[in-house]
Amino acid sequence: MDSVNISGDPPVTAEITLVVNGTEHRLAVDTRASLLDVLRERLGLTGSKKGCDHGQCGACTIIVGGRRANGCLALAVAHDGAEIVTVEGLADGGELSPLQAAFVERDAFQCGYCTPGQLCAATALLDEAERGWPSVVTADVAAEPELDEDEIRERLSGNICRCGAYVNIVAAVQDAAARQGVAGRDEADARQGVAG
Amino acid sequence: MRPFTYERAETADEALALHAGGDVHYLGGGTNLVDLMRLGVARPERLVDVTRLPFDRIETTGDGGLVIGAAVRNSDLAADRAVREHHPALAQAVLSGASGQIRNQATVGGNLLQRTRCSYFQNVTKPCNKREPGSGCPARDGEHHNHAILGHTANCVATHPSDMAVALLALDASVRIRGRAGERVIRLNDFYRLPGDDPARDTTLEPGDLVTAVEVPPLGMPSRYRKVRERASFAFALVSIAAALDVEDGTIRGCRVALGGVAHRPWRARRAEEALRGAPATETSYLRAAHAEMENAHPLRGNRYKVQLATNLIVRTLSGLGDGS
Amino acid sequence: MNGLERVEARDKVTGTARYAVEHPVEGAAYAVAVQATVGRGEIESVDTAAALALPSVLTVLSCENAPELRPVDDGELAVFQSRTVAYRGQLVAAVVAETPEAAQEAAALVRVRYTSGSPDVRLRPDHPGLYMPDEVNASFPTESAIGDPESALTRAAVQIDATYSTPAEHNNPMEPHATLAVWDDGGLTVYDSNQGASTVHATLAEIFDLDPDRVRVVSPHVGGGFGSKGTPRPNVVLASMLAREAGRPVKLAFTRQQMFATTGYRTPTIQRVRLGADADGRLTSIIHEAVEQSSTVREFAEQTVAVTRVMYQAPHRRTTHRLVRLDVPSPSWMRAPGETPGMWALESAMDELAVTAGIDPIELRVRNEPEREPESGLPWSSRNLVACLREGAERFGWASRDPMPCARREGRTLIGTGVASATYPAYRSPNRATARAEADGTFVIRVAAADIGTGARTALTMIAADALKTDPGRITVEIGDSSFPRASVAGGSSGTAGWGSAVFRACEALLPALDSPVPPEGVEASADTADEVKAQEKYARHAFGAQFVEVAVDIDTGEIRVPRMLGVFAAGRIINPVTARSQFIGGMTMGLGMALMEESTMDEEFGDYLNHDLAQYHVPVNADVRDVEAVWLDEEDPHLNPMGSKGIGEIGIVGAAAAVANAVHHATGVRVRDLPITPGRLLPLL
Repeated sequence: MDSVNISGDPPVTAEITLVVNGTEHRLAVDTRASLLDVLRERLGLTGSKKGCDHGQCGACTIIVGGRRANGCLALAVAHDGAEIVTVEGLADGGELSPLQAAFVERDAFQCGYCTPGQLCAATALLDEAERGWPSVVTADVAAEPELDEDEIRERLSGNICRCGAYVNIVAAVQDAAARQGVAGRDEADARQGVAG
Repeated sequence: MRPFTYERAETADEALALHAGGDVHYLGGGTNLVDLMRLGVARPERLVDVTRLPFDRIETTGDGGLVIGAAVRNSDLAADRAVREHHPALAQAVLSGASGQIRNQATVGGNLLQRTRCSYFQNVTKPCNKREPGSGCPARDGEHHNHAILGHTANCVATHPSDMAVALLALDASVRIRGRAGERVIRLNDFYRLPGDDPARDTTLEPGDLVTAVEVPPLGMPSRYRKVRERASFAFALVSIAAALDVEDGTIRGCRVALGGVAHRPWRARRAEEALRGAPATETSYLRAAHAEMENAHPLRGNRYKVQLATNLIVRTLSGLGDGS
Repeated sequence: MNGLERVEARDKVTGTARYAVEHPVEGAAYAVAVQATVGRGEIESVDTAAALALPSVLTVLSCENAPELRPVDDGELAVFQSRTVAYRGQLVAAVVAETPEAAQEAAALVRVRYTSGSPDVRLRPDHPGLYMPDEVNASFPTESAIGDPESALTRAAVQIDATYSTPAEHNNPMEPHATLAVWDDGGLTVYDSNQGASTVHATLAEIFDLDPDRVRVVSPHVGGGFGSKGTPRPNVVLASMLAREAGRPVKLAFTRQQMFATTGYRTPTIQRVRLGADADGRLTSIIHEAVEQSSTVREFAEQTVAVTRVMYQAPHRRTTHRLVRLDVPSPSWMRAPGETPGMWALESAMDELAVTAGIDPIELRVRNEPEREPESGLPWSSRNLVACLREGAERFGWASRDPMPCARREGRTLIGTGVASATYPAYRSPNRATARAEADGTFVIRVAAADIGTGARTALTMIAADALKTDPGRITVEIGDSSFPRASVAGGSSGTAGWGSAVFRACEALLPALDSPVPPEGVEASADTADEVKAQEKYARHAFGAQFVEVAVDIDTGEIRVPRMLGVFAAGRIINPVTARSQFIGGMTMGLGMALMEESTMDEEFGDYLNHDLAQYHVPVNADVRDVEAVWLDEEDPHLNPMGSKGIGEIGIVGAAAAVANAVHHATGVRVRDLPITPGRLLPLL
């Protein structure tokens, strides 16, 4: 098997601008570089994680132009001018976002490696719910969905947590949704965090 | 990845011009292409970014028909009011694919053109006729529990991974294509192909062809999409179904059935549809239709369950549509 | 509850917690490893010309030019020391380049030529290479026998003889195995993702023949391990070697795909269980035999049936392990190695016995409760299995259960419930720690422990606060650094007990100094628990638990959903309810994955695990996990350690898969003996 073409071509670079967490960065990137690698290796923003590099785990989830995306599958060169929010940009100064605070209160993580992706995904998820986006578990796809536990679970299924903190993640998202007044808050308090 | 040049096209003509010569790929959301490039399966010299072409709109034709731009993001398609109201199967199919993140990135055009997730295809250290014609198909005698049961050949037993395409096929969609010879429209049914002796080709597209839109005619009957997979979400289908049913006075007047996860292409269940048309809307009819379709199934050693699964899905989904449950 | 919020929580939710290759080091280059593409053979030649021709490539290493390393026991660490390929996916070369993109491309351009043979990769119970290892993991005897179990079986009123299997499963921590290696003036510092900095430290000093003082391992945050980072992995050796050759700091993270060959996995098992009981369900004979695999590089023999020596009374009994060395990657620890697959088989067989004998499965277990540890005869330090079963039955609503299979149907869904026991040994290893009082009234605790998500840092903070009789807010626990007092690995659910004992003793030792004002330079005390651990009384120390599961099975598709999981555990004193609950439910969630979807498929033609990514190797996603609840009993056990705690990191997975399968049987009448229970396996049986 010799399926790989031999190529000694020099890398191709391109000048791009990224606005990350409100700060503009002008940089020359290898056309092959993913947004994830540019954030981590060029800008020192290591909050976004590399768990699989193929869009299969969600640890690299960032918010691009207001929408959650997998940074590992996004070529930086194709995102010239993009406005990006990473986990480092979620808190308002020293104050945690409602989701960050809820994650802490609910112990919604263990090793913490998937957490930045979970938080970015959940932040965008609340926006999507506000906009009335359905999910595959929405009983009537034409109706306005209620953001109940099943909806949250489905909508966060692109973020794998191998430690198995899902139960707490869902509770945290419900808490934050309630605080932000996103539909489906009624169940938020129904779950007690800790037994025993 | 080998180094590649990146060009951004502003018009379709420009995209076509940039595509000429060498190993060039159009770049949509990149959710599959970047994945394949990182695996070494795709090694383009040039990417032509087509996400900023003016194909990012969903137009309604008034009677429930749609023209969906090829650059529309999957999430926008699924959130579209007209899609949800008139073609729920399409919204459900899109929403059952991948994750919220990927749906935000992936485009309609790219979704149609994604490649199989066959393990051998994705591994450049192993043979695969689709990736490297003539090298062999280890899946046929190897691990193939999620491979094809219909229309496969000795050359290739891969399945097509798209959910959206299954729904679009059931909806009789057509694809608008800009090619070197101008614009043409072909039915989605003629867009996809079976492996035959040329499994490297998933579609009938010619080099440089650019998908610009998908046309969906009005449907006028309830539809739904159901997907069975090995975990509750974020997994490819074992078998999926898009179906629509029009029942009047207990008799089936119209129906559509397409299956995913069973063949090299989204599979239109024509035999089932034939058996259903004019038949009473009963479980017996649905079962007869399912059997008619599965008569041609040739399961492999490790995926016989798919025949039963597809049969049950047809019956169950049609029953649900028939009694409105 | 008076639990303590995870002390590093803020760092983790703001993205400031640094994992291995994220530590800011100037001038780091990027490494990518190359894997063997034959299943067995010899490397004929390595052609690196094309790779080296790429601009920005710094170095390429392989067996042709790698420096000699000192040998260690684990053959997986002898990176590039031989031309022999022992399995497909073994590391055969690596490149270092200025950018990640160049390194990846260069790795793809390395040409390795092999002479190759056909790999022997299929585990089967009649493999001619099966043998009896000298001992199995954790130093358990390979075999045990009491009485005449075969005869007793023949005489038994009720008999079960069934074979169960588990597939290979991969740990798949979210953070890949990764190392940032930095050489400075002949000394080596690695920022590494591992479960024990002290172990990695000792191994590196040995392999590179360095004075231990010249090696430092830094691992403040670790993105999961589940056993796969419990032993040093090739990444740490390779990164160190490459950094020295390149004369640059080097970052090496295995790709997800590479992890399936290079970072260990749970061995597949084939287990035959035979149970004999009288008409009342009292066991007279237990025979549990396991067949499992290891590689030709390393003997890893999982203690699959050791757990059966602990669970139930029976006068006649036998347990055996047989191992075969195949041309496969080396298996290793994965969350509760031994107990997890062993209890899948034993607890499935117990359910079969309950059904056959017409006895409630909880009652069956209660009737077979042993007074002492059945095979050792040791007294229990504490054993509350029955209490867990009873408490769980109450909470789960077991009393209203109709034992008949297929009794509950809602539309096209069959619903069933199942139960299984859980257990895990309460280990404690010798450890050292220091406790330091500062003049400002704060304290610093140091121990080279690892927090891989367990909450260790937080639990140790509470233990120190308790011992020092002060507020946890005054305490900083520093871990994950080999320059701190030597610590045991985060494994065997032993961290809190082992590290905690040392921390507790160091704090105790510090207390007298606190009677007088703390001097400006602070005051420090240390502890070493080696003698204390050695002097432990002889007891059988184990945690116990009960797993309850409800399943809903779609009869048309074979899809299984798990609406409810309840775990009840008796694990000594729970130090921190917040993080303990997370550990229990995390283990149960992984058990759900084991039951329903996790399976590494061996490619029998080419000899590697075929489904080597997270799209093909399914672990549970959020939508799979519904109501998972864990509770625990207050358990006083004076025979453990100063805290009275047993380990909690692993017991959550033990028994979970059996409880799911038992519930599937209750729902459908179908007994599945081969995991995982996928739609493709279940549907044809419905």
